[in-house]
Amino acid sequence: MSDIWGALLKLGDQLAAHVLLSAAAIALGIAVALPLAVWASRSPAVSRAALGFASLVQTIPALALLALFFPILLSLRAVFGEGLPTLGFLPALLALSLYALLPILRNAITAQANLDPGVIEAADGVGMTFWQRLRLVEAPLSAPYIMAGIRTAAVWTIGAATLATTIGQKSLGDPIFAGLQTQNWVLVLAGCIASAGLALIADGLLGTIEKGLKTRRRALTFGGLAAVALGVGAALFAQFGGSEERRIVIGAKGFSEQYILARLIGQHLEESGYAVDYRDGLGSAVAHRAVTTGAIDVLVDYTGTIWTNQMGREDNPPRNAMLEEIAAWETDTSGTHVLGRLGFENAYGLAMRGERAAALGIESIADLADAAGGMTVGGDPEFFERPEWIAVRDTYGVRFAERRNFSPTFMYNALQSGEADVIGAYTSDGRIAADGLTILEDPQGAFPNYDAIVLLSPETGSNAAIRAAIAPLIGAIDVEAMREANLSVDREEDKLTFEEAARRLADRIGL
Amino acid sequence: MTAEVQAALEFRAVGKRYGAVEAVRDVSLTIAPRQFVALVGASGSGKSTLLKTINRLAEADSGDVVYEGDPVGSLPLPPLRRRVGYVFQSIGLFPHMTVGENIAIGPRLAGEKLSPARIAELLELVELDAGMATRMPDALSGGQRQRVGVARALAGDPHLLLMDEPFGALDPVTRDALGGRVRKLHDELGLTTIMVTHDMAEALLLADRVLVMDAGAILADETPQGLLEGRGGAVAQELVAVPRAQADRLAELAR
Repeated sequence: MSDIWGALLKLGDQLAAHVLLSAAAIALGIAVALPLAVWASRSPAVSRAALGFASLVQTIPALALLALFFPILLSLRAVFGEGLPTLGFLPALLALSLYALLPILRNAITAQANLDPGVIEAADGVGMTFWQRLRLVEAPLSAPYIMAGIRTAAVWTIGAATLATTIGQKSLGDPIFAGLQTQNWVLVLAGCIASAGLALIADGLLGTIEKGLKTRRRALTFGGLAAVALGVGAALFAQFGGSEERRIVIGAKGFSEQYILARLIGQHLEESGYAVDYRDGLGSAVAHRAVTTGAIDVLVDYTGTIWTNQMGREDNPPRNAMLEEIAAWETDTSGTHVLGRLGFENAYGLAMRGERAAALGIESIADLADAAGGMTVGGDPEFFERPEWIAVRDTYGVRFAERRNFSPTFMYNALQSGEADVIGAYTSDGRIAADGLTILEDPQGAFPNYDAIVLLSPETGSNAAIRAAIAPLIGAIDVEAMREANLSVDREEDKLTFEEAARRLADRIGL
Repeated sequence: MTAEVQAALEFRAVGKRYGAVEAVRDVSLTIAPRQFVALVGASGSGKSTLLKTINRLAEADSGDVVYEGDPVGSLPLPPLRRRVGYVFQSIGLFPHMTVGENIAIGPRLAGEKLSPARIAELLELVELDAGMATRMPDALSGGQRQRVGVARALAGDPHLLLMDEPFGALDPVTRDALGGRVRKLHDELGLTTIMVTHDMAEALLLADRVLVMDAGAILADETPQGLLEGRGGAVAQELVAVPRAQADRLAELAR
């Protein structure tokens, strides 16, 4: 329990960001839904179209809706210029607002439709103008129902806002995604408790306002409004009230190694006097795009990933040639700076349980071609979409009976429990040795090289002081050190936090 | 009829249709100031629609309604409606406003604040206690609510009072009392009143002039006396026959 309490106390920053994101999304949802509802009450066609659209939006999973705004905003840059953010607050705000639309809109339209026609006729009959009727009669009579819709929207939005973590917006999803990654249930629980608690509080306060409107008790209405304003104000102060110093934002994709390396770089920069911030749990493509556009300042990426996914290359040159070409390509396309290799490689490799591989006599991927027909292959959620997988599959002609997606952590459990026979593992993962896994050889070289490299955004890369501050990490981390650090957060017992693991790694490599 | 005074209200060939239904067809008539006119007819005869063409809750498709010299179509809507008192069949009090706020709504829309004394006076006109002003409409009985409805219609000092089946939802005792009260107010305040009703007895007892409508047209335009003497045609006499027969039977029973 004290662990959870401790984890909760560290969530102040995420809580404030979560409150602001949710409040802004609900406010935008209200600002769009209410005029639309007024229009809809005058036109059945508009009513049908608006409700149809809002319902359609609801059928899109929140995670997908959030992700969809990345390409949408990217294409809108043609109109609004390169300054338009494609990650973080803006896409999260837009997606969540769309999500909040339906309950508010539906309640507002229903409330309007259910107004006593006699009262509306009387409003016209006593000589009210359109706006007087809206302000003096329709709005006050609909208010309790609209408030009920806002309440529903608030609970949904606060829950869905945890997913904003995946598109680089700080939220209470940060500890949930970080915890899921490493099966650190204390972190997951802390995130869930905080967001559920926030939703309950918001529901209670908005319920108070609703009750005040329904029973026409102004003290309740204004008391509730004041409490909401106070909460949002406190969050605003917490986020923006402090120093105006520029923070260096370090990105991390959604697996343990990335979290640890982000902290390692962050701690090192803090020692050099910089303020830092983290954007965790980013998808591969999102993370790369984020560093090239300056949404984040620093990212650890892997040569093979950039080579095959971002550059779309299918050949497999030696590692030095590959790195040189990548550095040139990044400079040409976006001005992103490749600082250098960290020293280890984290390749994709197909892994099996050692004794199983030995029993079946499988040593290389080529040996799989015959056995694969009766096997299940597991991979992280993006693995089977990546060109590397397609290259491996086609090079060796392996056809598995079934393939399943797992989050990286659960993938190893699946291998142990027999739910997968082969997995797309990471070679720097500490669990390969700890679990006694065999990495199958790749004699044809279908997987490219995956040296871990440090990328700096165009602006940060031109800052010599920051470059110098990170430089000591270049070439400093060998694969053994990385495996040990990864295992220290991934193992079942005696888990370290990412911060602790990063500190131990720093000690080990003598920083 | 020499040196004719200006008519309070004039219908000039007014017509109104809802799709294929001709609700009002080519109605022309003149109503003098201070007349109490009852507009009688069965459901669907067009009497409510004709009433609503006056303050344009229903817009006439053809013809003109002229109110104190101005064609109503030429007047901006809100001021026109504030100049005409209107009592609704559904009463239509605003449930989120107190009785006092309901009464004061017309002047408030015109940017005028009604004094508590004036509200008390209006409540007194409809025989309600001044203390009612702070009550909410749902704390009132049906009869009390319609009294407030009448007070609201009178708050702007209108010359013209329109009533659309005002007592339809009330019990007979309340109905009789309120009808009598409205007639008295009509006389005291010098109003021109048009009341739509399907109850011929009510029309005969309250009005100076009874118009009988059927299928959108005015079939009879008589005084109560004239109708009781058998004038106005077959449809009108059919309507008069009902209360007359009831009265006869009651008289017989009492004997």
